[in-house]
Amino acid sequence: MAAYEGNGRPAKDVVAQGLGWFSVALGAAQLAAPRTLARLIGVKDNDEHSAAMRAVGAREVATGVGILARPRPAGWLWGRVIGDAIDLALLAKADTKDRGRTTAAMAAVAGVTVPDVLESTRLTRSNDETSEVSVSKTITVRKPAQEVYGFWREFENFPRFMAHVESVSAMRQRSHWVAKAPGGTTVEWDAEIVDDQPGVAIRWRSLPEADVANWGTVRFVRAPGDRGTEVHVVLGYRPPAGKLGARLAKLFGEEPATQLADDLRRFKQVLETGEVVVSDGSPRGHELAQQVKQRPAQPISEEVAA
Amino acid sequence: MRATCWTGRNSVEVQDVPDPKILNRKDAIVRITSTAICGSDLHLYDGYIPTMKRGDVLGHEFMGEVVEVGPDVERLKVGDRVVVPFPIACGECNACANDLWSLCENTNPNARLAEKMFGFATAGIFGYSHITGGFAGGQAEYARVPFADVGPIKIENGFTDEQVLFLSDIFPTGYMGAEMCDIKPGDVIAVWGCGPVGQFAIASAFLLGAERVIGIDRFEYRLRMAREKSGAETLNYEEVDNVPDALKELTGGRGPDACIDAVGMEAHHPNRALHAYDRIKQATRLETDRGHVLRQAILSCRNGGVVSIMGAYGGFVDKFPIGAVMQRGLSIRSGQCHVHRYMRPLLERVEKGEIDPSFVVTHRLSLDDAPQGYETFKNKEDDCVKVVLKP
Repeated sequence: MAAYEGNGRPAKDVVAQGLGWFSVALGAAQLAAPRTLARLIGVKDNDEHSAAMRAVGAREVATGVGILARPRPAGWLWGRVIGDAIDLALLAKADTKDRGRTTAAMAAVAGVTVPDVLESTRLTRSNDETSEVSVSKTITVRKPAQEVYGFWREFENFPRFMAHVESVSAMRQRSHWVAKAPGGTTVEWDAEIVDDQPGVAIRWRSLPEADVANWGTVRFVRAPGDRGTEVHVVLGYRPPAGKLGARLAKLFGEEPATQLADDLRRFKQVLETGEVVVSDGSPRGHELAQQVKQRPAQPISEEVAA
Repeated sequence: MRATCWTGRNSVEVQDVPDPKILNRKDAIVRITSTAICGSDLHLYDGYIPTMKRGDVLGHEFMGEVVEVGPDVERLKVGDRVVVPFPIACGECNACANDLWSLCENTNPNARLAEKMFGFATAGIFGYSHITGGFAGGQAEYARVPFADVGPIKIENGFTDEQVLFLSDIFPTGYMGAEMCDIKPGDVIAVWGCGPVGQFAIASAFLLGAERVIGIDRFEYRLRMAREKSGAETLNYEEVDNVPDALKELTGGRGPDACIDAVGMEAHHPNRALHAYDRIKQATRLETDRGHVLRQAILSCRNGGVVSIMGAYGGFVDKFPIGAVMQRGLSIRSGQCHVHRYMRPLLERVEKGEIDPSFVVTHRLSLDDAPQGYETFKNKEDDCVKVVLKP
């Protein structure tokens, strides 16, 4: 199953990149030559300072690598800001040999704190800018496009493979949806079909009074050879509490991309084999939460609905 | 029912667990009459396969009588005598349609775990950790068998259990190992490991027309079995300085045309320092698999030959001689056996009397003695090659 999340990797931010490399370079120097660095900033090059210098160096390297490795490293950049504060505190109480040099070092740290704070806030804000969440996933089902389309078009089938959908009642272009929400609650909405091309694509969206505004597109593309049909799904929704809400939900295992991947795997199973395949370790069938907390692979005593 | 449960590293217990039930409409329940301990079960026993849970029912080589079928089972009936293949396959997905049964796309409910580890998921397997689905195994009195119309093969003649039981895994596994060697007349095949899979790889190489087969091991009794039961030549790797050189000498300087690794991740090396190198890396999780056999097989194989990997590997191996593979045009072929592909043709070979797979059995124990069976098999005590358990 190929999976694509978002629209690919966002272009790297030049300022963030620069700060990342700065961290790595400074950290490497601190690790390699702590005593030389100590003299440079005017503190005594004793063992205690040397150990502190190494610790700070290790932190710098870790932060730098974190910033460089992540596509949107807001968290790691805030790590730099905290690091700056720690460094200023350390310098203020350090045993100095040359007060002038130490003051200059503090000024340098304070100087770099400015871009650190600016860039961290900027990235954090741009992460929160769009309050819409959209995910896309693809799976290949070994059935003709018309059949795969037909199964999807019967929205009443959704509870059979979409773990969060409790019920769907459909009438021609409109349908009423009830879905599980975090904290044992449910959300409801009416949806309408915006575009319906049999065997090719379906596009739908919730009506204005929905608890959670959402929309989706599914395209059915003939897979090469006799491989069946590629199902390309894009789902979007506006989380009730904005990006923060979505992030909170993620903490409780409600990650939409993961859910969609699990849902599509069950969709494929239902279409190809007739039902969701279950095991003793995963008696509810394919589901991330259950994979993390497996029960032992021995027969189940209580009745478990497949 | 009584079942052999994994209870931690080097520990199995026969415990009372609930009887299996039909969970999917294409399931059958099989009352097990014979089941075996596989060499790959020792990887679980030794604690080298991740995602095991205490209480997991072990066992993926089993046969018995159908006692219950789900509402959508059409081919199998209550009372049928069946051998069950170790991979679980749906028969409907693209992998199954292409005869790649151990790669079924629908039978691993823990596919995501497997994807994290391997990139893509593989099929469910009975009693073989949770990365292959978390299915209870068959070293028990009963087992639930999903997709009962797809996997199990009916046994309708008078063969004993021991003559057909190994169609579940080790005979097809050894056979596939030999088949992947593309054996041509005159070929010399070297087989590392003369355990049960190695014995069947040797026998299968001859069935497929190999001129000579050289079995490599360090246990004389296993080498003797390879000589006496299949007509192999043998090489005790503890008695030679260097296996690739010894093989060169045995093959007129050409090297074997194909090399089969029937050992896998817990390989040994006679040089203590070299063995310790991989043993320590494995113990500290710097690598998951010990690569002695793989390295030797690659370095021994003739130019342009095939290295066929049937021994089980789980993750990463160190010092993999990719240069030799590429420069000398070797082909590496491998895979968990697509048992469904081989059951029918191999049963026919048994029926024709070309082979009697029961020759590997050395120990017959009751299911309750499974812990002793694991210890005897693991420590190669009492000339143990294959343990069959009777529930």
